[in-house]
Amino acid sequence: MSEVLERVRKIVIDHLDADPDKVTDKASFIDDLEADSLDIVELVMAFEEEFDIEIPDDSAEHILTVGDAVNYIQEKLSA
Amino acid sequence: MARRVVITGVGLLTPLGHGTEISWKRLLEGKSGAGPITAFDTTDYACTVACEIPTVDGRGGGGPDIEGSFDASKVLSNKERRKVDDFILYAIAAADEALSDANWHPESEEDQVRTGVMIGSGIGGLGVIAATALELKEKGPKRISPFFIPSSLINLASGQVSIRHGLKGPNHSVVTACATGAHAIGDAARLIKYGDADVMVAGGAESAIVPVGIAGFIACRALCTAFNDAPEKASRPYDKDRDGFVMGEGAGILVLEEYEHAKARGAKIYAEVLGYGLSGDAYHITAPSEDGDGGFRAMSLALKDAGISATEIDYVNSHGTSTMADGIELKAIEKFLGERAATGTVSSTKSAIGHLLGAAGAVEAAFCALAIRDQIAPPTINLDNPDVETPIDLVPNKAKPMKIDKVMSNSFGFGGTNAALILGKVD
Repeated sequence: MSEVLERVRKIVIDHLDADPDKVTDKASFIDDLEADSLDIVELVMAFEEEFDIEIPDDSAEHILTVGDAVNYIQEKLSA
Repeated sequence: MARRVVITGVGLLTPLGHGTEISWKRLLEGKSGAGPITAFDTTDYACTVACEIPTVDGRGGGGPDIEGSFDASKVLSNKERRKVDDFILYAIAAADEALSDANWHPESEEDQVRTGVMIGSGIGGLGVIAATALELKEKGPKRISPFFIPSSLINLASGQVSIRHGLKGPNHSVVTACATGAHAIGDAARLIKYGDADVMVAGGAESAIVPVGIAGFIACRALCTAFNDAPEKASRPYDKDRDGFVMGEGAGILVLEEYEHAKARGAKIYAEVLGYGLSGDAYHITAPSEDGDGGFRAMSLALKDAGISATEIDYVNSHGTSTMADGIELKAIEKFLGERAATGTVSSTKSAIGHLLGAAGAVEAAFCALAIRDQIAPPTINLDNPDVETPIDLVPNKAKPMKIDKVMSNSFGFGGTNAALILGKVD
């Protein structure tokens, strides 16, 4: 498992009080992890802080699953 | 015929404990909820005492094995907990208890739309507001939590309770400083009388034992500063050594219900809300008018609303904050009671729990309902040397078993806002 995935999973588990087993690559924040729109705003802020990056709102709109977040962050970090 | 309003549920989270019965028991035993402030470092603060809620993690004299200690994790998950300031957490905890006590869990649409919420707070999410201001300064506007606003707005206590229990009736909130709790109960009772709802979850919640809260009240010379070494002695209404109020925190929530509605479902009835009076001093931002006229008028209007005589008031739970204003209020009560003053009974339960600001009036109304239920007046603790001359029994240091049919509860707030509630026994 990639290091980014692990760090993203940790944030998601912590912020959403989510069952770690459910926080998989494919897990949707809203459909699988019971997040609402404000939870996602907060999650994105936590990702920004953890990885010291900026995620603009129009990019954040496309981050719907754990995997989306990992891919976006990996891309951003390697850019 | 006018609709009558009765109290069918009580929920309390006070500095004496989490739960109505434990709070009431300790109150009658003459226990104090005061201690050194554990919420933050009080170095450089002129006042270092407060009445904190005892918690399982050791705050406020609580602990995992101490009865009545508050466990926030039993009320909200960590995820939900981060979205509310403590005053909302306290309101939710007390509302849960009150609704369970009333055995009212509306599930049909009809019952839900007829049940409303009116929970107020004096200051609301002061701790969250202060912390967020610091974060804004340190990290800039992009780092502010999306939950900042909904966690600190005063009416979100009513909002959260309505969402949690599916209560779709009037959703309202009172903000009248230290009179909030009493106004919330009085206003909610009127909504029921007027037909807007059959059941109202009403009361107040406060969590101002935070650095800016304590520093702010120190600055307006309202807090006790002479008893930092003896916290349990600090709140002493009517005593000659009193020198300011002791900050408390917590929530008091009542379930108010239309009498026939309560009777039809066989609900337990604590007392009836007989009268409610409101007034303004139009005098000073923090001090009461010197002749106590505003308080007197609120009491008189409550009496008129109740349609009874002042001689029928068996017990008065005074505002009695342990400040110089105690004497002003007492004179107004004497005038109000008239010939009954000679055999009158008045106590200030703030001596035990401190001043819960926006929650005070609701917690004290709950104590009044319990006084009627158990036929006993709670004591004014630490009243060792009264500096007031009065024929009234101030119930010093020891609870007083007595016949209690009708009671009055006074609450006055900064800005010169006054409320009085009269409750009566239901046979």
